[in-house]
Amino acid sequence: MTATKKLNLKQKYQYLTRDMDWEPSYQKKSDIFPLEEFEGIKIIDWDGWEDPFRLTMDSYWKYQAEKEKKLYAIFDAFAQNNGHQNISDARYVNSLKLFLSGVSPLEYAAFQGYAKVGRQFSGAGARVACQMQAIDELRHSQTQQHAMSHYNKHFNGLHDAPLMHDRVWFLSVPKSFFDDARSAGPFEFLTAISFSFEYVLTNLLFVPFMSGAAYNGDMATVTFGFSAQSDEARHMTLGLEIIKFLLEQHEDNVPIVQQWIDKWFWRGFRLLSLVSMMMDYMLPNKVMSWKEAWEVYYEQSGGALFKDLERYGIRPPKYQDVANAAKEHISHQLWSTFYQYGQATNFHTWMPKKEELDWLAEKYPDSFNKYYRPRFEHWDELQKKNQRYYNPTLPQLCQVCQVPVLFTETDDPSSISHRDTVYKEDRYHFCSEACCEIFGNEPEKYVQAWLPVHQIYQGNCGGPELPGVLSDYYHINLGEDNLEFSGSPDEKRWNEMKGIKPSKKDDAA
Amino acid sequence: MSVEIKTNSISTIRNTYSHIKRRFGDKPATRYQEASYDIEATENFHYKPLWDPQRSLNDESRTSIKMKDWYQINDPRQFYYGAYVGNRAKMQESAETSYKFCEKRNLISGLDESIHLKILKYLVPFRHLNLSANMNNSMIAGDSVATTVAQAHIYQSMDHLGMGQYLSRIALIIDGNTGTALNTSKTFWIDDPMWQPMRKLAEDSMVVKDWFELSLLQNLLIDKAVFAFVYEAMDEWFATLGARDISMLTEFMRDWNKDTTRWIVAVVKTAVAESDENKEKLQAWVNLWEPQVFSALVPIAQETVGKDALVNVQNELAALLKKTGLQSTESTL
Repeated sequence: MTATKKLNLKQKYQYLTRDMDWEPSYQKKSDIFPLEEFEGIKIIDWDGWEDPFRLTMDSYWKYQAEKEKKLYAIFDAFAQNNGHQNISDARYVNSLKLFLSGVSPLEYAAFQGYAKVGRQFSGAGARVACQMQAIDELRHSQTQQHAMSHYNKHFNGLHDAPLMHDRVWFLSVPKSFFDDARSAGPFEFLTAISFSFEYVLTNLLFVPFMSGAAYNGDMATVTFGFSAQSDEARHMTLGLEIIKFLLEQHEDNVPIVQQWIDKWFWRGFRLLSLVSMMMDYMLPNKVMSWKEAWEVYYEQSGGALFKDLERYGIRPPKYQDVANAAKEHISHQLWSTFYQYGQATNFHTWMPKKEELDWLAEKYPDSFNKYYRPRFEHWDELQKKNQRYYNPTLPQLCQVCQVPVLFTETDDPSSISHRDTVYKEDRYHFCSEACCEIFGNEPEKYVQAWLPVHQIYQGNCGGPELPGVLSDYYHINLGEDNLEFSGSPDEKRWNEMKGIKPSKKDDAA
Repeated sequence: MSVEIKTNSISTIRNTYSHIKRRFGDKPATRYQEASYDIEATENFHYKPLWDPQRSLNDESRTSIKMKDWYQINDPRQFYYGAYVGNRAKMQESAETSYKFCEKRNLISGLDESIHLKILKYLVPFRHLNLSANMNNSMIAGDSVATTVAQAHIYQSMDHLGMGQYLSRIALIIDGNTGTALNTSKTFWIDDPMWQPMRKLAEDSMVVKDWFELSLLQNLLIDKAVFAFVYEAMDEWFATLGARDISMLTEFMRDWNKDTTRWIVAVVKTAVAESDENKEKLQAWVNLWEPQVFSALVPIAQETVGKDALVNVQNELAALLKKTGLQSTESTL
């Protein structure tokens, strides 16, 4: 062989990945990659794809195996030493219940979605990056099962998470989010998950749960978090590359991508409202308020990002200002809702203690005492009179994000934001202008939504009576998994374990 | 005497997750079980996929093979992610030692130029077949249902990528990291008539829509025939040419082939045993594809090990098919 110039790392990686690909001639390219064009995205040249990371499989196996070895050593030690005794308080475990039933199934759905798009692009560089994310996501879904396995042996509400994800009313919020992305085309999937979710919003999902674990003595979960960090970093670089690639390939892609960014920013924001209540209400030791997190991770980082994307003709997400203004309210509104429907959840709810109310007042000086504290104090009074409030009427769900219609108008925190529209003679209801608009762009998709409340009323969830739905269809162990925290079997076991005398009712507020 | 450490024992309230208990009874579960069973969504999907509006997400009808319970198909290796990467990390560690050793001692680069050319013509182009195998298995991982089935296919996908990279590295050793040898090798794959039936087979496999058919074709028929041919028969042939050291660089592939045979035989066997309908379909696919796999190997064999060596390969594949309950077509070579 005649020696020419030695390959640099970038070229070498290209030889080790995309150069294995070839131009087919026995089958039509459009038959091998049938889904590359139907979304209207124009790709002029896949050679323009910059590999977002360079990791050959031998290194992948090596690094990942090292990480797994360390992670499982901690899991084993955690179980052997009953590490769950070291958490801040038994209330903390409720955020794990939310995580295992709300987030872990999404990791699995991400595995499926990335495996699929990992086959669909005719650019081999992009395919390989997606496949690597697919197997990473499988990793996360499985290590989360293992991280929570020990908790499941000592606390209620974690025992049937995948089934609950498919059936329980509020879990249709995360489920429909991912179903929406997976049922879209490959480019929208990547814009939705890699860019809007993993790149723009991931710090608002991942960081709160993992920092929450660190602040609350949960060694198993926080170790998972550290172990997954380098995977997540790779996923984020893929998110940024896909968006730049689409925008650089053709100017006709810009309006399509903009509409996807508008949609997926909002879908993600609504999904994260569940995290907002977790941060503000479910963590006994708080990391930061939702409002602070939103300011740091969205307003500042997102602001810089969209400034950077301006040169491609991309503007910030359309309803960004509504989301920014809502940071004062969503966690309180959502916790109020879950508190009222605590009979129908796989985790416990409670009223914040006095010092927690004070913390909320301090973090939300413009909204908490004015709009929310009086309601909470009222409920607390009722609870002291043994009249703990549960709402017996099922809520109206938004046709798109599937959160109950509970959020308020931007300019009036005392009036519920509600929109509706008629499509083919049926009326559909929404929580916001943004969700209504998302529906309007793809009505045929969203009329199909499996809305849990409608399904209960139609008798598709195991019967007409709520207790039957909860126990037989949702598999919620009544009196163990659901209802108020104080007086729950979780609390009782925790108190026995820690030698705490039963809490007096007036400990709260 | 033994040392006894007193620990604070705390009784548990359950042994495992409810979905694992429903399957395996109320007892502590293995990590493979908790990672692999019933964690995939099965119902109440919200939207029909734009790319397949006749079916739902996670739809069992993306193959015509039918199973009452897809989790009956599992992995005798019990590979969940952690076990999988742990195993492959060990394999890559010894591969790395071999590659380093060969490079240090110039065992490959020191070979005759005519041998180099044979390596580039007959061995390295199989990296392209690794790539179609990588794509096919990624599709199956996305389309199949049940984690016990799907996860093993993403492992296959990544394994093929890795093996394609190992083959590429052999060429990079030959050309001293310039890429020229890979370019040469690729032109054989694209233009040499000897390779065209194999390239056609690779492209034909990439338009197979039924994922179980594709898994049978890729992971049993193609892989088992090709790996026996390349890494056993052709490996011997290279040795007779004085290039025995190439074996050191393909040991990974032989280990891998052994490891995955156990798995794919179990997969197909379970589907065959499920029903006569499954068996008929699978047999029909064997009848359709097996002869094509061997016709694709014939021209390569003729230029290298000789056509007769394929009889052995065919016998080995026939024995595997018999284990699954299917029959080789034993097409005349």
